[in-house]
Amino acid sequence: MNAPEAHVAQVARVAMAVAAAPPAPPLISLHAAGMNFGHTVALSGIDLTLRRGQRLALIGPNGSGKTTLLRLLHGVLESSSGERSVSTLQPEGRAPRMAMLFQRPFLLNLSVRRNLLLALWLAGVPSAERRARTDQALRRIGLADLALRPATTLSGGQQQRLALARAWSLQPDILLLDEPTASLDPGAKAEVEQAIEDLGRDGITVVMSTHNLGQAKRLATHVACLVDGRLAALAATDDFFSQALPPAAAAFIRGENPWI
Amino acid sequence: MSESLALALQLITQADTQLLGIVSLSLRVSLTACVLGALLGLLAGAWLAVARFPGHGLLVWLVNTLLALPAVVVGLLVYLLLSRSGPLGSWGLLFTPTAMVFAQAILVLPLIAALSRRLVHDSLAQGGYQLRSLGAGALTAALLMLLHERLAVVTVLLTAFGRAIAEVGAVMIVGGNIAGVTRVMTTTIALETSKGDLPLALALGAVLLGVVGLINAAIALLPTREPAMSEAMA
Repeated sequence: MNAPEAHVAQVARVAMAVAAAPPAPPLISLHAAGMNFGHTVALSGIDLTLRRGQRLALIGPNGSGKTTLLRLLHGVLESSSGERSVSTLQPEGRAPRMAMLFQRPFLLNLSVRRNLLLALWLAGVPSAERRARTDQALRRIGLADLALRPATTLSGGQQQRLALARAWSLQPDILLLDEPTASLDPGAKAEVEQAIEDLGRDGITVVMSTHNLGQAKRLATHVACLVDGRLAALAATDDFFSQALPPAAAAFIRGENPWI
Repeated sequence: MSESLALALQLITQADTQLLGIVSLSLRVSLTACVLGALLGLLAGAWLAVARFPGHGLLVWLVNTLLALPAVVVGLLVYLLLSRSGPLGSWGLLFTPTAMVFAQAILVLPLIAALSRRLVHDSLAQGGYQLRSLGAGALTAALLMLLHERLAVVTVLLTAFGRAIAEVGAVMIVGGNIAGVTRVMTTTIALETSKGDLPLALALGAVLLGVVGLINAAIALLPTREPAMSEAMA
């Protein structure tokens, strides 16, 4: 067996271990999905099924395709090859609602409250509901006291929490988080982690990219490792950190930078 | 010279009727032209920032080139349109303030469109994906960026107003500089200087600078106010 075949077999074994538990209904599936930006291959041959209630952490070196994969899962980016399918929620019988939180949240130069109202307006929420949902989200994420502050004057941690409140107010079934605690100080990081954990407990399916392995262990039910735009490993969190991983994923976990 | 300056000051302090009439017409014409130019120019700028079609690059190049559009050329084109033998001659607008508004709006339109396109384009590079992920369509995201960058937009509009109120070529050609009807500050300055009547020319020059200075001061007070537009979303 040559190296690529051995790698595929190992990923398959790990994926089978994940599949051994009774599977929750799938929400989003990617089949052989690839993404090219000009001549740059950002993702290649991604097979991934996101199931309801999962909290999936995407780990991998810089430039491994984590952000692109999140955008592909969201649908804000269309794959260059392969397929993406979104299943209807059961028993609700509707398409899942999605919200995405970016590494550096973009907030409009308006008050905290108006940023939330505007997001709900964009989502087509009836005007009667917008105020109630905004107030609820601000209380939930602990920003009620800052409702009238200009959003752009908040600290980094507060801005990230506002972006979380914005995402949560949309009542998503799937929440996609792109390195939500990168470049935050430890206090702000803990605040945002707590908010994410609370959202997970509400039953929201969460996909989160992170460089922080401890965070992946604490918050995720499953971990996927991307290396050079390929899915190097995917497993339940406990298995991922205890069993043998394919060489590329193992090298990343050991902190061996692939570019050295 | 000092005698002319003293007379100019007297005209201003005594609120000379002729002076006030000219200033009032100048402001009405240029403000109306800027409102029209802003409505079309901001929309065009936002659209150009997100639209993709064959020839898009060429259109952006053309709009950018028109930043340097000479006022006399605009005056000539509007004159040809509105003259009795022109396609819009039957409207009877030549040598009226409406014709001057029309000419100045055309003059500021490319300026507003080109600068706002650049503004929206740069802002979308920062937050476009995020607005799209919230459900905003391409044009909605672009228009929201105008709201986000409203202070920069006001600066663009001030630049446009400055260009409109200070130009002389277009209003001279399509307005005809008729006393009490189409005579504005710049055309009066040109006329009175050529006649050697410096006090009125100097007084109008001072008022012209004063108007722009006042608008600048008003803009400095803007950052503390939230736009009423976002109320509609509440």
